[in-house]
Amino acid sequence: MREAALVMRKDLRLEWRSKVGIGQVLPFSLLVVLLFAFALDPDRGVLDKVTSGLFWVVVLFSSVLTIERSFSVEASDGIFDALRLSGMAPASIYAGKVAALVVQLVAVEAVLAVAVAVFYDTTFHMPLLTVAVAVVATLGIAGAGASYGALAARLRSGSTLLPLLLLPLLAPVLISATRGFEVASGREAGPGWPWIALLGIFAVVYLALGALLFRPLLEDA
Amino acid sequence: MQPAVHLRAAVALLGRFPALAGVDLDVSPGEIVLLRGPNGAGKTTLLRVCAGLAPVSSGEAVVLGVDLLRDRAAVRRRVGLLGHATFLYEDLTVSENVDFWARASGASLNDGRLALDRLEVAGRLHDLPVHALSSGQRRRVSFAAMVARRPELWLLDEPHAGLDPSGRDIVDGLVREAAAVGATVLFASHELDRADGVADRTVEVVGGTVVPVEVAAGAGSEPPRA
Repeated sequence: MREAALVMRKDLRLEWRSKVGIGQVLPFSLLVVLLFAFALDPDRGVLDKVTSGLFWVVVLFSSVLTIERSFSVEASDGIFDALRLSGMAPASIYAGKVAALVVQLVAVEAVLAVAVAVFYDTTFHMPLLTVAVAVVATLGIAGAGASYGALAARLRSGSTLLPLLLLPLLAPVLISATRGFEVASGREAGPGWPWIALLGIFAVVYLALGALLFRPLLEDA
Repeated sequence: MQPAVHLRAAVALLGRFPALAGVDLDVSPGEIVLLRGPNGAGKTTLLRVCAGLAPVSSGEAVVLGVDLLRDRAAVRRRVGLLGHATFLYEDLTVSENVDFWARASGASLNDGRLALDRLEVAGRLHDLPVHALSSGQRRRVSFAAMVARRPELWLLDEPHAGLDPSGRDIVDGLVREAAAVGATVLFASHELDRADGVADRTVEVVGGTVVPVEVAAGAGSEPPRA
């Protein structure tokens, strides 16, 4: 726990210093939301129907950038070796990286939600459900992303390979989170909690596999 | 006494290439051993094997009592490696880097600060990001991060590279002090005049094997301390 907190604080501090998230990932995400608004504006009906899906597609694209950044830092200047020499448990390093990714992605999602509300006239009628879907989906994204980020970081063309590896794996999260948001924004009737349960299952599976696989991933890095 | 490093017919592969092709080497606790040899001879691989980073594919390899063929990860926290890479985060400050690596290795914040003082990293640099430092300053910070961990086995790859004369003297002094309190030092260097003056014993790494050098360097004909 202490080691995971140490890694998380270090990652968040690195992000705060480099401003890559605030200066690049967030503007990119907002730009995509804005471009969709321009592209689909003539037919507001279409925009209204696809808002939830667009939101999560943008979140996934932003996640790829954030994850790639998080692990490219570790791949530079022998730091993977230093992490191994530190003697920290690989599962703790994994947990710390996941926690830092969750914080960064939730922050991006919060800003995106405001942007969607402004540009797409979206209202989330069930705020608790909205937050729950976002948090659980983000856990799944970060859980899978931290594993694939470590894998991609050791490959020469890892930065371009990461989306190819990660996005198909996250398709179930995209579908479930989109349906959960549909319910939360009143576009779809029915309970939203089953979608959270499904997202929870994905998150648990990704996190458990990640914690197990991180040791061999770190060894080969 | 059990050697700090014991290698017998140790083979380490880089892909299919045998970077170490049957190394025999024993290093006693508290001993300072210089590895010399041409580029590509296997010095760096030998240091990485002893650090538990590179796998040994056959032979015997026991470091600090840990059998590296069984569990090389178990030795890592007990060794310090200064390699060609700095192991530093460019966007963190000097203090943050040293603090992080000290705490990650189970050492205290105070160990990190003391190490920075020992390496004479000026206080005005502590709050600067690493990317703002010169290569020599980075080398000192990197060394401080390693010293802060209080390793039992120091593995130094070209420890004098990039350092000014005072930095080189500091490194030599720290190496001697570490050995005096029982730490073992294995270091590779091309600066033989300086390195010979520090080492108890010199071995030559040639084509992935280790051969003893007949004339003990620096310490003259003095035998190893342990």
